[in-house]
Amino acid sequence: MSTEHSTDTVRLDEGHHIGEGGIPAQFVNPGLPPHVHRMSDESAAGAKRAERQIAGLFTLSILGTLLFLVSYFAFDTAHRTWVPGLGTVSTTNLLLGVGLGLALLGIGLGAVHWAKTLMPDEEVVEERHVMRSSDTDRAKFAEIMREGGESSQLFRRPLIKATLGGALGLFSLPLLVQLVGSLGPLPKNHLSLTMWNGHPDGHGDYTPYQERPRLVTDPESLPIKASDVTIGSVYHVLPEGLLPSPEATEEEAREGLHHGFLEEKGKAAVLLMRLDPSDFKDTEGGKKALSWSYQGIVAYSKICTHVGCPVGLYERTTHHLLCPCHQSTFDVTDDCRVIFGPAKRPLPQLKIDVDKDGYLIAAEPFHEAVGPSFWERG
Amino acid sequence: MNALAARRRHPAAILILLLLGLIVTGGVYAALAPKPATAAEASADQIERGRQLFLTNCATCHGKNALGTPVGPNLAGVGAAAVDFQMGTGRMPMAEPGVQAPRGKKVTFSDEEIADIAAWVASLAPGPAIPDAEYTTAEGGDPGKGGEIFRVNCSMCHNSAGAGGALTSGKYAPPLTGVEGKHIVEAMLTGPQSMPVFNDSNISPESKRDVIAYLKSMDAEGNPGGMALGSLGPVPEGLVAWVFGLGILIGAAYWLGQKGA
Repeated sequence: MSTEHSTDTVRLDEGHHIGEGGIPAQFVNPGLPPHVHRMSDESAAGAKRAERQIAGLFTLSILGTLLFLVSYFAFDTAHRTWVPGLGTVSTTNLLLGVGLGLALLGIGLGAVHWAKTLMPDEEVVEERHVMRSSDTDRAKFAEIMREGGESSQLFRRPLIKATLGGALGLFSLPLLVQLVGSLGPLPKNHLSLTMWNGHPDGHGDYTPYQERPRLVTDPESLPIKASDVTIGSVYHVLPEGLLPSPEATEEEAREGLHHGFLEEKGKAAVLLMRLDPSDFKDTEGGKKALSWSYQGIVAYSKICTHVGCPVGLYERTTHHLLCPCHQSTFDVTDDCRVIFGPAKRPLPQLKIDVDKDGYLIAAEPFHEAVGPSFWERG
Repeated sequence: MNALAARRRHPAAILILLLLGLIVTGGVYAALAPKPATAAEASADQIERGRQLFLTNCATCHGKNALGTPVGPNLAGVGAAAVDFQMGTGRMPMAEPGVQAPRGKKVTFSDEEIADIAAWVASLAPGPAIPDAEYTTAEGGDPGKGGEIFRVNCSMCHNSAGAGGALTSGKYAPPLTGVEGKHIVEAMLTGPQSMPVFNDSNISPESKRDVIAYLKSMDAEGNPGGMALGSLGPVPEGLVAWVFGLGILIGAAYWLGQKGA
């Protein structure tokens, strides 16, 4: 004990001590603060109150369950109630949710409150100890392992050792094979070709068209006359033959929704817009876009080159195409060049023309893969 | 028959026959003749009244002859439908300059005044007329088919629940709740502001009626699941779940770890 200043242990529960300016030579472990007894430990009335609170929470749970049961049978699912702050809501949804919520919350809160107020609250200190086993124990363990190996003749019969090792090692393969196999077939050229290239033959290849396919509207599958596409119009377009034709019976229509339908739709979706030909920019891209158009009617893939969201937000006045997912913005007057956002490539353009009846057709398939970039994209 | 045949040479016969022929021809023509479009019915009086209203209320921005100025577009060829939409929804006259005219809280002009101005603007150049009332109510529309058409053609901007959404540079697609069927069709026909045109060969009048039926059924259905959080999807829903859900969990964990009661 130094004499210059007090180095008596200051307990945490003693409040603030005015220091004397010095630092003790050595800090002493202040120990644990004294145990403070709870109200319910000290007075019978406190304990009684805690008991009533716990019982109240459990009763709340019982009421919640009853509310759930009663509202389950009492209200039709079509019944609606106006609730302030929520609007007109389904009565069963609301009451079942509130009932179940109260039922679970009551049990949980009651149990926690019980543990905190009435269950024993002695504090026990468990000191840390060394993790390492004693040398004798370790030696004994090694001895047991060695004896086991000897008595099972594992060391004396290497054939067993080798075959067991091989069997166990090989057993990991079925798991790996399943994992790799479940990743699906190789994509081949499916990411580069769409239904504008040819009709899918059901085996993963495309049969080239005899006549170039017409552009039809989604979802009504009607061919589009060039004269019907007025300036400022937007058509959501798919290749002819993907959707069931408007004359198809319900059964035929259902059959038409073949396996892989959505995949084809996802790749072939096209947005058709008509601009005044003088709106196109006098750049290389703008000239190419106009030359691939039909009198200012341009068709672009609707699949964003960033991560493949549908780019459908066309602003008629600015001629900007906006992707709703990450705000990539494409300039339609400049061959859908990226002018904002994370997309790196312009949207692929579909070269269009009209057939002898005046309907729009795809003169050529896309010249590049649609949608986001991928490893083998060339 | 004999009596008629006997008098066929009566001097009045030719007159009666002529009269009969005229009546039949006139009747058939009246029944079969093509009806003039509604817009063409506007009288010169109405057009003149419309012009006067235009000069006092609209010409500042759109010019005296409605050919546009740097602050207001040319209105030749926009048609009566565009006037009825812009003024009938309170977008025009625009209260203050901005990137986009918001839907007005109240409509400044009476129906007659709007019809007068529409008649004058329609007389400038041919444009979409105010749609036939037959196709502007939800009645007879198929909400299921309308929903399909809506999700393909409209939902990318207006949100699949019709709650609207953002475009570039402060522009936006407005929410479609509580919009009159007539104004929905007019918007599709004229393409107001940033909206592209969906003419009758793109979406037929019957399909437009289906879209209205879909929007009206969405309006009537409400949100039985409770708070829709603007029907804006995962962003507000995630925000609420993370802020309130996690907040409650952290609070509960803190309470569990507290000493004593």
